[in-house]
Parts: sequence; C-alpha cells; structure tokens
Amino acid sequence: MTYSFDFGWLASYWPVFAAGVAMTLQLIFIGGLLGIALGIACAWARSLGPRWLGTPVAVYVELIRNTPFLIQLFFIFFGLPALGLRLGEVQAATLAMVINLGAYAAEIIRAGIEATPKGQFEAGASLAMSRIQTFRHVVLVPALERIWPALASQVVIVMLGSAVVSQIAVEDLTFAANFAQSRSFRAFEAYAVSTVIYLGLAIALRAALMRLGGLIFPAPETAR
Amino acid sequence: MTQFTFVDILTNLLWASRWTLLLSLAAFAGGGLLALGLLFAAIGRARWPGRLVRLYVEIFQGTPLLMQLFLAFFGLGLLGIDVSPWLAACAALILWSAAFLVEIWRGCVMAIGRGQWEASAALGMGYAAQMRHVVLPQALRLAVPPTVGFSVQVVKGTALTSIIGFLELTKAGTVLSNASFQPFTVFGLVALIYFALCFPLSVGARRLERKLNVAH
Amino acid sequence: MSLIEIAGLRKSFGSTEVLRGIDLSVASGEVVAIIGRSGSGKSTLLRCINGLESPDAGAITVAGEALGTGEARLRALRLKVGMIFQQFNLFPHKTAGQNVMLARQVVRGHPRAEAEALARRMLNRVGLGAKFDAYPAQLSGGQQQRVAIARALAMEPLALLCDEVTSALDPELVGEVLGVVRELAAEGMTLIMVTHEMAFAREVCDRVVFMHEGRVHEVGPPAEIFAEPRTPELRAFVARGH
Ligand SMILES: Nc1ncnc2c1ncn2[C@@H]1O[C@H](COP(=O)(O)OP(=O)(O)O)[C@@H](O)[C@H]1O
Ligand SMILES: [Mg+2]
Repeated sequence: MTYSFDFGWLASYWPVFAAGVAMTLQLIFIGGLLGIALGIACAWARSLGPRWLGTPVAVYVELIRNTPFLIQLFFIFFGLPALGLRLGEVQAATLAMVINLGAYAAEIIRAGIEATPKGQFEAGASLAMSRIQTFRHVVLVPALERIWPALASQVVIVMLGSAVVSQIAVEDLTFAANFAQSRSFRAFEAYAVSTVIYLGLAIALRAALMRLGGLIFPAPETAR
Repeated sequence: MTQFTFVDILTNLLWASRWTLLLSLAAFAGGGLLALGLLFAAIGRARWPGRLVRLYVEIFQGTPLLMQLFLAFFGLGLLGIDVSPWLAACAALILWSAAFLVEIWRGCVMAIGRGQWEASAALGMGYAAQMRHVVLPQALRLAVPPTVGFSVQVVKGTALTSIIGFLELTKAGTVLSNASFQPFTVFGLVALIYFALCFPLSVGARRLERKLNVAH
Repeated sequence: MSLIEIAGLRKSFGSTEVLRGIDLSVASGEVVAIIGRSGSGKSTLLRCINGLESPDAGAITVAGEALGTGEARLRALRLKVGMIFQQFNLFPHKTAGQNVMLARQVVRGHPRAEAEALARRMLNRVGLGAKFDAYPAQLSGGQQQRVAIARALAMEPLALLCDEVTSALDPELVGEVLGVVRELAAEGMTLIMVTHEMAFAREVCDRVVFMHEGRVHEVGPPAEIFAEPRTPELRAFVARGH
C-alpha cells in the first residue's frame, strides 16, 4: 500500500482537541450527576413509590432503554421546538444524557434497592422513621454500594455514547476530530487519535468513579 | 415543494427500517461467529490468547462505536478497498458486537462452578471433554437471556451508521425531517419504530432470565 | 394503670389465623417473658405492638393512646415502644455511633452534637463506649446486638420489645447481651421479651406468658409457671427443657 501515516500535523490541533475533551468531560460530569439523581428518584418510584408514579416511570424507562440515544438527542434538539421548547446544542445534549442515563440508572439502582434485607426497613420503621426517611438514610446508601460497579460502567457507556452529540454541533471530542480531518483530509489519523483519547477517558473515568465509591462507602464489606 | 402526509412519512420510515433490520441481523450473526472463535481462544488452556481477547474487549468496549465506524470507513479505504457505508457499517458492528458477546459468554462459562469441573475430572474426563459435555451445555443455558438482551444494543447501535451515510431508519428520519419540516412527528415515529423492534427483544430477554432463575 | 393494654387482638396471614384473640396488659416497669413453641405467634404479637403488622381485630393501647392506622400515628406509637430484633438489623453503612445517633437526628431533629453526646452515653450504658467508630461488620454478634439495644434506648422509649435477641448469637456471646437486658430490667425499663432462655426468664421476669396456637394459654409469675404448669401443653413445653 502506498499510504503513509502522518500524525505530526495533528500537533497543531491540540487546542481543538483539548477543548473537545473539556466539553466531553463537562457533559458527562453534569449529565452523570443529574442522571444518577434522576435514576435514584425513578428507582424509588418503581420499587417503593406509589403506583400512580411507578407506572409512568416504568413507561419512561422502557421507552428510553429501547430507543437509540441518537434518536433521543434528535427528538430533543429538533423535535421539541415544535412544542415550544427550544434548547441550545449543549443544553439539548446534556438533557438527552440525563434522560438516557436516568433510565438505565433507575433499573440498576432498583436492583440494589430490591436486594435490601427486609429487616433494614423494619429497623428504620421501629425507630419511628418515616418511609421516606428510611429510604434516604437506611436503604439508599447500601443499595448504591451494591450496584456501584454497574452504575460506574453505565456512566462510562453514556460518556462513550456522547460522541454522537457532535451531530447537533456540540463541540466535543468527536467534533474536534471531525474538524481536524476536514481541514487536513487525514481522517484516519484524526479519528485514531480521538479514539485513543476516548479510551484513556473511559479508563480514567471508571477509575475515578470507583475511587469515588470508596469515599462514599467507607464501611467494610459485611458478611451478608 | 412537496407536501408530506403522515402516511408518506410512515411508509418511508418503515421501508427504510428493513435496512436497520438487515444490518442488525448481519452484525449479530457475524459478531456471534467472531465471538465464538474468540471465546474458544479465551477459555482454552493457553493463557496469552485469553489476554489478547481481554485486550480486544477492553478496546472495543472502551471506545465509542461511532469512532469504530469512522475508523472502519476510512481505514478500509486506506487498505485500498472500495468502501461502501454498508461494508464499513457491517465490519464495525461485527467487531463491536463480538467484543460484547464474547465477554457475556465468557462470564457464563466462568459461572459454571468449580464443583462441575471437579466432578467431571473425577470421572476421568479431559479438558476438551469437560468443556464439550459438562461446561458448555450448562453455560449455553445461562447465555441465552443476556444474548437476547444484547441484541437490543445491536439494533440501537445500527442507528449510528447513519452518520457514515448508511441509509437506514435514522438516516431516513433525518432526511425526511429536513424535507418535511416535521421533526417532531418524524423523530417521534422513528423512536416508536425502534421501540417496536427492541421492546419485544427486551421483554423476551427478561422472560427468559426469569425462567432461568426459577429453574435454578 | 397499665402501660400497654391489648384486647381481643386477632391477626391472620391469608387463611391461617396466627393470633386468635390476645388479651394482655403490661404495667409500667414490668418485665414480661413470652414463651411458647415456634410458630405460636410470639413474634407476630410483638410486631403488632410495634405496628410492623396491622391487626385484623382488637385494640392495642400504649400509654392511654390507641394504636391507629396511618403512618403518622404509627410513628407516634413507635416513639413510645422500641424494638430489638433477632438479626440485630444494624445499618451496615453507619458506625455504631451513627446507628445510635440517626433516629435522634432524623426523627427528633436534634442537632448533631446533642445526638452524639447521647449516643456516647447510650453506648457506654451497654459497655461499648470504645466502639463508637466501629462499623457493624467489625463487631461481634453480641456487640452488634448491644449496639441495637443502645440504638433503641436512644429514642427514650417507654417500653422495649425484644424478639429472641440472643437466638442468633454464638453461645459464648449470649451472656453479655442478657447482662445488658438484666440491667435495663433493674433500672425499671418496661420489657416484653420473647425468649428461649428459661433460666433468664425465671430470674429476671415478673410474669411469664405462655402462648399456644395464637392464644395466651397461661400467665403467671415465673415460679408458678415453671414449677406448677396447669395445662398439659405448658407441662409438655417445660418438660422439653427449653
Ligand atoms: N408475613 C407472614 N406471612 C405469612 N405467614 C406468616 C408471616 N409471619 C408469620 N407467619 C406465620 O405465622 C405463624 C406465627 O409466626 P410467628 O409469630 O413468627 O411465630 P413465633 O415467633 O412464635 O415462632 C407461623 O406459622 C408463620 O409461618
Ligand atoms: Mg419468632
């Protein structure tokens, strides 16, 4: 073959890539935080909440889990203005990530809640705590601890999935690669480099989340 | 300018979704075959193939599918192959699916308890016989529900091939949305069609899993 | 006047009637042991008194107030009656001290410092002042149960319900928990305890209730109950040497 790889030219694009990485990190930071919060609320609604709330939440969860993220993104960015809700690119991308992660996190966290021994609920009740107090102070943290690795994986999956937000012109890491390749016509190198950066981000994000887990859940493993 | 009726939009989308289906099947079948090969490499006696498979999984699960599609599209071109979006999409989705499937299946093989290995060793079976007659048949039962579950990811994954120009459901959606100025209706319908494809698979996976749990 | 008054209490699970009309009153400061075969409804009775099960019929009155339905009324009841479980049910993600502090802060809304001071007092009372920062997984079963007792005491209940609090313990750890219960009894705490520790019941309790098939079959002071059982069921139960 005659093609010779050339990565040198990419050096001049490093500010573009750095800005792209910053945007990707910003999206997953906000999307991750709000998405997990939404997931907790939905997991509560489905496992312990009233039925009138559990059913619509179940519909939301199934709708999201059975449609592509890209379509959710397009629907929010292109479709919602028809209802009068016009969002900026970054807002739309963030919202799509929150809604997407929220649905997956809800199912993961629900499994953690449902593995709670009955005695924990009863101990909370016998101390005169309300059901919501028992959930908040007794059930939630051990439930999250049980499923933390799965939740961390899901956050990484959402971060990798966010590569498509470049399709609505969010200037993330993929956007940087698109930009660089359109200027240089060396597409393979541009995407190879961004792929490696994504891999590094995925590994680092996972490690950071597991580290965070160690801080949130300091209790030693129980025998149970 | 042509006026698009609701029926026009729907028929166009449904017609395009045959490519989504076809690509999903190709990716799932091809990915499954590749995963099977990788699985046998990974669970063999030698250690280094297992490590290579793990590296493979790590790379394909640790990078965006979109990047894999781009690399397939432009990389195959560099090899002097005349790449159509269809070919690039198939290649990337097969490699990507295989990474997930081999990880799922390896987990199922690992889930077969040591007792089964010891019992079959006590009967004088060799490694190959243990695999063939004791471990794999049991692992297969475990593997069915998560494999069906993963097929949902494959169908959803095909949406990304629209970005490299493959005309399937999502691409048809963007084209129609631009032409009809009805993005809400178009993407709503696209979502519903994906849902109609994926939801039965999700429900099936859940049912199978429940059945398996009851049987155990 | 009696602190806890139970009249005509009935409870069924599906088609099986587990409590078939229980009448019992417990005076303030009294220590009552409930004995009986497994499945006779002892736990269900305690759980009804704490509102963990809702009775089908009958009345339960604690300190003059009738047990109602609805979360608010149940919580009011549970402030008066603490419960200790066979399986301890400590919160695994909280230290011993935090376990004791939690309800004080969350339910009573006490500031942290105040709750902590109280928790230290309660843990000292059960002999675990030094374990304030230990997690449940780092404690022995006996220590965990003593933390659970401290946790219930921190709510300053009028009465404590104990359901086989030593049954999940290794034999060598039973003594330390019973020691704590004995002290509580001596301090005048109202106690209703389901127990299989007959020697302990004889020594510490004012009254023994023998339950059989969902009814209070015999009641009396321990000396009488153990020495001169009147009914054949109790005679058989005592003879089996529980
Ligand atoms: N939540 C429940 N659902 C169905 N049956 C129950 C439940 N709790 C207790 N039972 C039944 O009620 C009977 C009495 O149980 P319990 O009060 O725990 O007895 P004890 O504590 O005296 O051993 C048993 O037959 C038990 O199986
Ligand atoms: Mg019992």
